[in-house]
Amino acid sequence: MDRQPISPEGYSKLVSKMTPPSRHLRGCVRAFWVGGVICCIGQALTLLGEALHLTELTAPMFTSVVLIFLGTTLTGIGVYDQIGRYAGAGSIVPITGFANSVAAPAIEYRREGMVMGVGARIFQLAGPVLAYGITSSMLVGVLYWIARMWFL
Amino acid sequence: MSRVGRQTFVYDHPPRIAARTSIVGPKEAKGPLSDQFDILLDDDLLGMKSWELAEGEMVRRAVDHTLKQASLRPEDVEVMISGDLNNQIIASSFAARALGIPFFGQYGACSTFVQSLVLGGALLSGGFLNNAICCASSHFCTAERQFRMPLEMGTQRPPQASWTSTACGCALLTANAQPQDLKVCSGTVGRVVDQQIKDANHMGAAMAPAVYDTIVAHLEDTGRSANDYDLIATGDLGWIGRNLLMELFKRGGVEMPDGKLIDCGNSLFSQEQDPHAGGSGCGCVAAVSCGWLLRRVESGELRRILIAGSGAMLSPTSTLQGETIPSISYAICIEGGA
Amino acid sequence: MDTFLMFAKAFVVGGLICVVGQLLMSLTKLTSARILVLFVVLGVFLGALGIYKPLVDFAGAGATVPLTGFGYNLAVGAFEGVQKYGFWGAFTGGITRNAAGIAAAILFGLLNALIFKPHAKS
Repeated sequence: MDRQPISPEGYSKLVSKMTPPSRHLRGCVRAFWVGGVICCIGQALTLLGEALHLTELTAPMFTSVVLIFLGTTLTGIGVYDQIGRYAGAGSIVPITGFANSVAAPAIEYRREGMVMGVGARIFQLAGPVLAYGITSSMLVGVLYWIARMWFL
Repeated sequence: MSRVGRQTFVYDHPPRIAARTSIVGPKEAKGPLSDQFDILLDDDLLGMKSWELAEGEMVRRAVDHTLKQASLRPEDVEVMISGDLNNQIIASSFAARALGIPFFGQYGACSTFVQSLVLGGALLSGGFLNNAICCASSHFCTAERQFRMPLEMGTQRPPQASWTSTACGCALLTANAQPQDLKVCSGTVGRVVDQQIKDANHMGAAMAPAVYDTIVAHLEDTGRSANDYDLIATGDLGWIGRNLLMELFKRGGVEMPDGKLIDCGNSLFSQEQDPHAGGSGCGCVAAVSCGWLLRRVESGELRRILIAGSGAMLSPTSTLQGETIPSISYAICIEGGA
Repeated sequence: MDTFLMFAKAFVVGGLICVVGQLLMSLTKLTSARILVLFVVLGVFLGALGIYKPLVDFAGAGATVPLTGFGYNLAVGAFEGVQKYGFWGAFTGGITRNAAGIAAAILFGLLNALIFKPHAKS
């Protein structure tokens, strides 16, 4: 009986061979239609904002605030994770997924207290998004400022 | 008390399993082994205020139920050997706090139950103890928040991911029991094996080489072959990991009839329950052993079985740091009574 | 008919952006957290380069609701800030334009923590 029947490299190949692949097509179809529907809800909210005579500045705010409200509330009642299990990126990529990533840790860590539980963990996933999103926006802003100084 | 080979204890005075309890959560209670378990929970929280306390309460109830069968009180038990998946094995510690039994905390990830039996068997056979409680538990909700994501996070699991079971198994070992009680005959201490798997979702792949190493060590040390056992049960490789293990046996030249090897993680859930690769967690092998496998040995359907529990010794820290997954497996041989 | 076309465009473009995310997840094994970061940063740079604006004009919410749209708005905000306040506008513009969404996420997140409890999954 051989105690070392396979090398790590050979084993890695064997594992890849014997692990079933993710079902790409099915995953893409689900992500497509769920993501599309969420965007249509956003579109409907934009139309509603126009009907409410919101300005160009406040109408997008209205849309995103309502979508975020929907995302967090569906998280709270335990529905969003089921949508996510079905749709994958279809419900992660829209802004409602961002809302889910804020609400889920907030609910989960309530038992560890409001400050170090909820307060600290609420940005478990949103933190990286904000950190890199805001930093890159500052970066392109500064580049834009330089470009205006030199070229315009 | 004697040792054979490098890794195996043979218990000269085999401890007996005088009583045993299996508890499973609501999802597990809908699985194919449902009628084999002693206690089916309908509330994941067991009326407690946190998941960790709930898991501790599950352990306490398992011990309590086991002791009642043997007409013992907690004060009569000499040692409790127990563990779980939580940081600082807090669920077992909560239970040990409530019970007041002298406590050995164990951590072997999903192999914890078998690890406890190997150690408990040695302590009893060596004459240090007259009885011991061996126990292990896992809870989906405590494991998920510690190792993966908050429960309400809307993410998808890859097909190789396993489902941490909410379950607990508990066995009472005694030195002086009835002759019809099950015998714990030998135990093999595994080595940490690492075949460079990094995917924390693919624990079956990480653990299969460790199980291979321990089963081969056990067979070599005892001079037996797989045919000397009526059944060999692995503790939570899942179906992909089990296939990998069969392939390793083939390549290593180890005879292993296909029907002889089952996996507790495969048995706990049906495919309709969507557990992906299968059930996992310390409680899975513990509850499936205590509920189903030992019952089959007791009834005489099986004469001698080998249970190989396996653990992926990863932590959230090691995963984030990109480390490969060290894995361990322990094996215990159990025979029917006279 | 115009309204129908508007929704059709939002549906298709929004859906396709999600499909890109799905493919990245299943083909490259990127975790969802990395996808989110990647999409926001991508949106910022596509927005700054003027590539994302035509998509927003074409698809409306189909381009603004995915996180790339959040990134696009961060970039647009930073540019507006620079136009208004010069250098310091680069620091304030991005957050200012998206303040409502970020504040709402924090507020509703905290309220959720007070109202709801995590559910066990089956």
